[in-house]
Amino acid sequence: MSSEIAPPPADPTIAPQFRPEPGRARPPLWHAVARWEAGLVVVLIAALVFGSSESATFTTKTTLFYAGINTGYIALMALPMTLIIITAEIDLSVASTLGLTGSLVGDLWHHGWPIWGALAAALVVGIAAGALNGVLIARAGLPSIAVTIGTLTLYRGISEILLGSQTIPGIGDRSFPAWLTKAGVVPVPGLDISYSTLIFIALTIACGIVLHATPLGRSLYAIGLQPEAARFAGLRVARVKFWLYVFSGLICALAGILLTAQNSSVSYNAGYGLELNVVAIALLGGVSIFGGRGTIIGVVLAAAIVAALQMALTQMTVDPNVQEIVIGGLLLVSVIIPNLSRLRVLVRRFRTTS
Amino acid sequence: MTARAPAPPPAVAAGQAPWQSSLGRFARARETGTLALVLVVFLAVTLDNKHFAGSGSIQQLLTGASLIALLSVGQAMVMVTRNIDLSVGSVLGLCAFVDGNLFRTEHIPVWSGFLIAIALGAAIGAINGLITVVVRVPSLVVTLAMLYIIRGLDSKLVNGVIVVPSQVPHAFVDVGYKTLLGIPYLAIIVALVVIIVGYAMRTFRPARDLYAIGSNPEAALLAGIPQGRRVFTAFVTSGALAGLGGALFLALFAQVDNSAGVGYELNVVAAAVVGGVAIFGGSGTVVGAALGALLLNTIQQGLVAVRSSSFWDEAIAGALLLLAIAFDRWLSLRVARGLKSAEGAHREL
Repeated sequence: MSSEIAPPPADPTIAPQFRPEPGRARPPLWHAVARWEAGLVVVLIAALVFGSSESATFTTKTTLFYAGINTGYIALMALPMTLIIITAEIDLSVASTLGLTGSLVGDLWHHGWPIWGALAAALVVGIAAGALNGVLIARAGLPSIAVTIGTLTLYRGISEILLGSQTIPGIGDRSFPAWLTKAGVVPVPGLDISYSTLIFIALTIACGIVLHATPLGRSLYAIGLQPEAARFAGLRVARVKFWLYVFSGLICALAGILLTAQNSSVSYNAGYGLELNVVAIALLGGVSIFGGRGTIIGVVLAAAIVAALQMALTQMTVDPNVQEIVIGGLLLVSVIIPNLSRLRVLVRRFRTTS
Repeated sequence: MTARAPAPPPAVAAGQAPWQSSLGRFARARETGTLALVLVVFLAVTLDNKHFAGSGSIQQLLTGASLIALLSVGQAMVMVTRNIDLSVGSVLGLCAFVDGNLFRTEHIPVWSGFLIAIALGAAIGAINGLITVVVRVPSLVVTLAMLYIIRGLDSKLVNGVIVVPSQVPHAFVDVGYKTLLGIPYLAIIVALVVIIVGYAMRTFRPARDLYAIGSNPEAALLAGIPQGRRVFTAFVTSGALAGLGGALFLALFAQVDNSAGVGYELNVVAAAVVGGVAIFGGSGTVVGAALGALLLNTIQQGLVAVRSSSFWDEAIAGALLLLAIAFDRWLSLRVARGLKSAEGAHREL
């Protein structure tokens, strides 16, 4: 923000402690970080301490690697989801796009395509799937939650048309190239993390910089808070939303390829139902479902918490269903706590009336 | 129009009447349109495969749509208030298993199976409603969290147990597959619910309040509508209907494990949207939502009847859903334009 613009006069309707400091165009960055993300750090530390006290094998490189395998491709999809939710939209078709692109790789491979051709086609189809969402939402102005429930069904349906009930590679098929399937299950050379983790880290840095340090990224908040005002301020709201969906489609295709590599095979229902996990990670990370609020670091912490808890509980041989309760409970608590002040108001009102 | 204003010239009255009645017609037409689509699909499939119009096939159509239709009634009530209930699939699953397990171990009477399922569903709906209303957390987040929590609880309870048909009382299973005058009991129960809730949503003031809350929360607040209580009631109803759905699921399939109702939530929302319930609240009817469920199911089973392969079902259902959303948007834009021009004409005079 340029220093030539005079700071606005102190707003008398805002209590003094909440007024922005004079001379500062915006509150210091740590203000924003201190609230939500600090809480997430505490939860993450608690999860790590809990994990290492309950399981002797928790603090090993293997845990880190498998956490990446189990959660990496889901966390990957949470990044574009974060950007989309910040603009007050949503993308429920992510898991179906993942399934569609994976199925396409399998189908083309089954029909004798070279693997590079199949992978490239998957990325293109991912982009196309995102573009269809983008056109319907940004250009036609249809509600994103309804549109993406539609494309959720549509994309999963196309996967089903492609593969039917078969798993690729099936009997008589070539198996996927060794380098691809190996990339799914061995760590990056020289590091102890999975390829999905490496890609996630790289993409996180890119998204973090774009969202928090570029005019484009900051404009997402404006679009989410006040789409009308953003439009009158000259932001190309429809165009930005369109490209966000395209980006989401591309990343889902990437996740689809990663999952295919991890499993060494693909069937049409790969990643079924993951869309809600992706949304849950973003929301746990402090992204407001109404748009205009959320940080990349929060979402990264949320993904780390989910991954750590899942690993800890798995190593304690707690059954996966209880893990669902834990994640759901965490999500619920995370939205209730910031609103506890409302409860206090209600209790006080109740006391005064009775 | 105020009483003090001079008597309106006939042109104004004539100008007002058409859009008012056309709006009324439009409201009716939305459900008529869905029903007409159901019939068109039905006839088209029957032309290709005459067995589709057989009584057994029709019974299957009604039975297949029943559960989603029942859940979409509750969902419509919640969606009308600008909220959403994603926990319905999990609630159905939990209630179905709790019921089945009670039959298995406690041999409870048949009628109590229904009561327990409805009560349990209503209790979970009350938790959803309380958190949404009291703590003012977006319902999408609350019910998403509850989806996981309830599903986890369900799986924990199930823990490998499968309730098999021999453990469910005959009288209970009868509800799932017996018919009255050729109509399945299941469809009759759901139709009764649709009629009762549909009538209430048309007539009773508290139910009309739901529309007011959904179309303009600020105005509803100023009008003195107890928003919290109304939204809470909508969630409790949705939960109770999902609970009833659980009991009916058990009656229909006579067996249940921890996969009952997985993924129903988005089908239910889809049915409501196809049936004309706006995702942003304020409009749509429960009759429309139930017809939306019937339409989706007719399309799905019709595709099976036309072709032996069912692999195309989902893709076509998805494409139709997108068409329905786009069509709805187009209709509402037309109505908005109609209202605006009517208003303009009124002002000029």
